[in-house]
Amino acid sequence: MAKNLYETLGVARDADADAIRGAYRKLAKRYHPDLNPGDKASEARFKDIAAANDILSDAGKRARYDRGEIDEQGSERAPQRPSYADHADGPGGRRYRHAGPDSGGADSGGVDGGGVDGGGVDEGDLNDIFAEFFSQRRGQPPRGRGEDLSYTLSVAFLDAVTGATRRLALPDGSNLDVQIPAGIDDGQILRLKGKGGPGHGNAPAGDALIQVTVEPHRLFRREGRDIHIELPVSLTEAVLGAKVPVPTATGTVILSVPAQSDTGTRLRLRQRGVPARGDRPAGDQFVTLRVALDPADTGLAEFLRGRTAPAFNPRAAMTEAV
Amino acid sequence: MTLDELYQAVAGLHADELEHWIGNAWVRPQGQPGAYVFAEIDVARVRLIVTLRHELEVEEPTLPIVLSLLDQLHDTRRRMGLLRDALREALPDDSRAAVHAAVRRRLLED
Repeated sequence: MAKNLYETLGVARDADADAIRGAYRKLAKRYHPDLNPGDKASEARFKDIAAANDILSDAGKRARYDRGEIDEQGSERAPQRPSYADHADGPGGRRYRHAGPDSGGADSGGVDGGGVDGGGVDEGDLNDIFAEFFSQRRGQPPRGRGEDLSYTLSVAFLDAVTGATRRLALPDGSNLDVQIPAGIDDGQILRLKGKGGPGHGNAPAGDALIQVTVEPHRLFRREGRDIHIELPVSLTEAVLGAKVPVPTATGTVILSVPAQSDTGTRLRLRQRGVPARGDRPAGDQFVTLRVALDPADTGLAEFLRGRTAPAFNPRAAMTEAV
Repeated sequence: MTLDELYQAVAGLHADELEHWIGNAWVRPQGQPGAYVFAEIDVARVRLIVTLRHELEVEEPTLPIVLSLLDQLHDTRRRMGLLRDALREALPDDSRAAVHAAVRRRLLED
């Protein structure tokens, strides 16, 4: 951490509590992660700001910070003498080795020394944790071949339909360009031969296994190779029929809405779903109509009042409705 | 370090409570009652217990639980250290690098 806490909050060293509170609020409004979703830089910045405020807004902690007793993270400065942990993690820590419930408890402890300190390494625990490691290696690839490495990759809905190339940033800092085939399904795993861990000696490298997550879309929904969309139409378009534009994964097309269409009427746009690939035929796009009334059309109400409509009970099939 | 030196070294330590801690084997000096010898780790542990009791306000009945958990934690860390040393000693360089990469990847996923 390069900056001191006063610089982080942008206040003077002798700033009073009000000035610090004000500076914090101003910065928090700007950098709060809830206000900057997905912005890693803001998130990191806010952490520093919150940490600075945590110390400077507390008179006691601020005084300790000013005296150099705690650092920017509020941690104690490295103590002059080794801490208990420094001793306990070393070989000397065996003196206070945990006495298990069956080992006679604390009373075996040595006021005379020696008793507890004795004994070598207890392999039992190590073996517990690493039993699998030390015993047979099940399910491992043939000796020498590199390890298969698993990754996850999130792909936009339309990219999953039409295919795309995505760059995957690997933990070691390198990049892997991944060809997303058109029509890939959510959860499908791509295997990239030889893109996994390096082989030992002359053995081949392992594979990269990439699990693809398809992000949802605002308008479209996939069912296998078909795509579904709900399309609002006006009352006039529904009753009289019309040609209306409708978005598809591959661009806008004109759809013929037949006369006397209704909410729920489903129309098919052939081969406008996921494109054909290999021996898999193209899917269709299904358009489900939803009649939308124009709230500004007051004339419609007047027209209906002045009209004697034939008797029609749309709830006739609902015997429960009385 | 003798008992008198320990009282000099650790501020806020009372004679009766130290006797109690030793009696419960929370602190385990060498030697006999009246002629205890405190190693560095014993002194550090006394400081730890003083901090737990007086600064962090851990009550005496709770202290054995806290110490037991701390002891288990340090046991685990010490054994991790042993494992690390064993791997360093036993594995050739390229295998060590492979283990390092595999551990690193899992830590990233953890």
